[in-house]
Amino acid sequence: MTIAEAITNILPQRAATALRHRSVPEGIPWTLIVFIAMATIPWVGSRYDTFLASQIVIDALFAVSLNLLLGTTGLVSFGHVAYFGVGAYVCGILMKTYGVPFSLAFPAAGLGAALFALISGFFCVRLIKLYFAMLTLAFSQIVWAIAYKWNDVTGGDQGLPEIPYPNLDWMSAVPGFADLSIGARFYLLTLVLVAVSLAVVHRIIRSPFGRVLTTIRDNPERAAFLGINVRLYQLAAFVIAGGFAGFAGALYGIFSRGVFADYVFWSKSAEVLIMTILGGAGYFWGPPVGAAVLVWLNQLVTDYTQYWSFVLGAILLVLLFGFPGGIVGGLDLLWQRLKRLRNA
Amino acid sequence: MLEISALSKSFGGFRAVSNVSLTVDTKQIAAVIGPNGAGKSTLFNLITGHLRPDDGAVRLDGRDITGAPPYRICRMGIGRSFQRTNIFPQLTVFENLQAAFLVHYGRGPDFWSRADALYRDETSALLSSIGLGGQERTISGTLSYGNQKQLELGLALASEPAVLLLDEPTAGMSATETHETIRLLERIAAERELTLLFTEHDMDVVFSIAQKIAVLHQGRIIAEGQPAEVRADPEVRRVYLGHGLTHAQ
Repeated sequence: MTIAEAITNILPQRAATALRHRSVPEGIPWTLIVFIAMATIPWVGSRYDTFLASQIVIDALFAVSLNLLLGTTGLVSFGHVAYFGVGAYVCGILMKTYGVPFSLAFPAAGLGAALFALISGFFCVRLIKLYFAMLTLAFSQIVWAIAYKWNDVTGGDQGLPEIPYPNLDWMSAVPGFADLSIGARFYLLTLVLVAVSLAVVHRIIRSPFGRVLTTIRDNPERAAFLGINVRLYQLAAFVIAGGFAGFAGALYGIFSRGVFADYVFWSKSAEVLIMTILGGAGYFWGPPVGAAVLVWLNQLVTDYTQYWSFVLGAILLVLLFGFPGGIVGGLDLLWQRLKRLRNA
Repeated sequence: MLEISALSKSFGGFRAVSNVSLTVDTKQIAAVIGPNGAGKSTLFNLITGHLRPDDGAVRLDGRDITGAPPYRICRMGIGRSFQRTNIFPQLTVFENLQAAFLVHYGRGPDFWSRADALYRDETSALLSSIGLGGQERTISGTLSYGNQKQLELGLALASEPAVLLLDEPTAGMSATETHETIRLLERIAAERELTLLFTEHDMDVVFSIAQKIAVLHQGRIIAEGQPAEVRADPEVRRVYLGHGLTHAQ
């Protein structure tokens, strides 16, 4: 069995318990606590902490958008970075080349990515499983090739350096914000935008539309005979996921002060897939946890060795064959056991 | 009601269904019987759009539905259950049926309401009607085989079909489960004034509830009529019924 097959076959099956019971103690507003804790980082942490937190928050959104396909709809995309990349380029080109303000460039990035997802998804949803995955990969490599070669627009192999930060001078007026660097301010803006995006995705997953997606994940043949146009719903999920990936890409381009063809390379798709599985594709909070752990692990490992991809591959192997519920899945299992022990 | 005319389907030279015509009247309970490989499931798949016929037509209330995709045929009022149990194994029993109602009432595109809160009464009512009351929170994939079949029937019923196609509804069931399922089917067909077409290998089941029986053999219908006529047909006795019939009597 190849790893690709392992993912396409095993994962959506084992992504059970999806969004069902609460995996954490009830009555505590966990999301609010995490949000507030993250928001204090520019004041209590170092510059480097803010840098890492930015990366985690953006990757979290990227991974959650992928999980709308993987965990909710049961579609394995090997090319999700295409939409991230389109978002990054659209926002970057608009802001740098045309001087469009962030307030317009950011929504345009989501729309542009969603539009590209509509076009490529139209073909992808005609295929199933591994063939679907391969076609998504093909589209992402097309985006990479365009980014790499279309010098006039994308900057080719030189990329688009020095994308301007949005104008955040108004934050100076807020007490306590005056001393924050532009990087820290942009981190706070990113945090808010990502939080709103996650709330919207969460709501979509719990909606009737989201329920339909889970029936397609579980059994597309049966779903069709409830009267569901399976391809149309898969395409809708693909477009929504692409749009949110585009938002993440737009933020990433500004955060990293430039957009480069490397961002669209297929290995990025693998990385976000690993984040999602590492955290737990069966859980809404799995991908953000995976993003946090992977970003943290990356900076830890690169201190000691340059073979980051080797570590990444090893993690993937262990996860697929030994630990398919991911970190959140493991914690969930542990919590359920503790609860049973306490009740016994 | 449901009118099948001269339907044919071949798979690479093998004629799975050959020139089959069959009419099922409104509120009739009809059965298609035949040995394994006779083409029963293929016939069902042709009716429900899972396969496209090479030739022939399927009409529902005079409307040509030949070759329409399954989701559209379902919306036109044909419900079906599958031979292999076909539910949404990772969802709870309640979520399974609720999803069917959400789709039936056209809420599928709604991406902003809370799915949990919708059609709870309808779902609960149907759950108890199919005998799964009290199992709401069970992950459906962990149900017993018989219960999964019941749930599948519920999924088909939630879309309020006029015609219900059941592919071997009692396959793999114990004698007790079979008996219960038949009673359930009879009751629901009467309550909902359903037109029922089912395939079955268990002769007791067939002769106990079918009003009309068609016998399929090597892709062709070799006999069709009321149970008594079919039972007496010498061709049927020769190719298929034989011992099964004596058992039924």
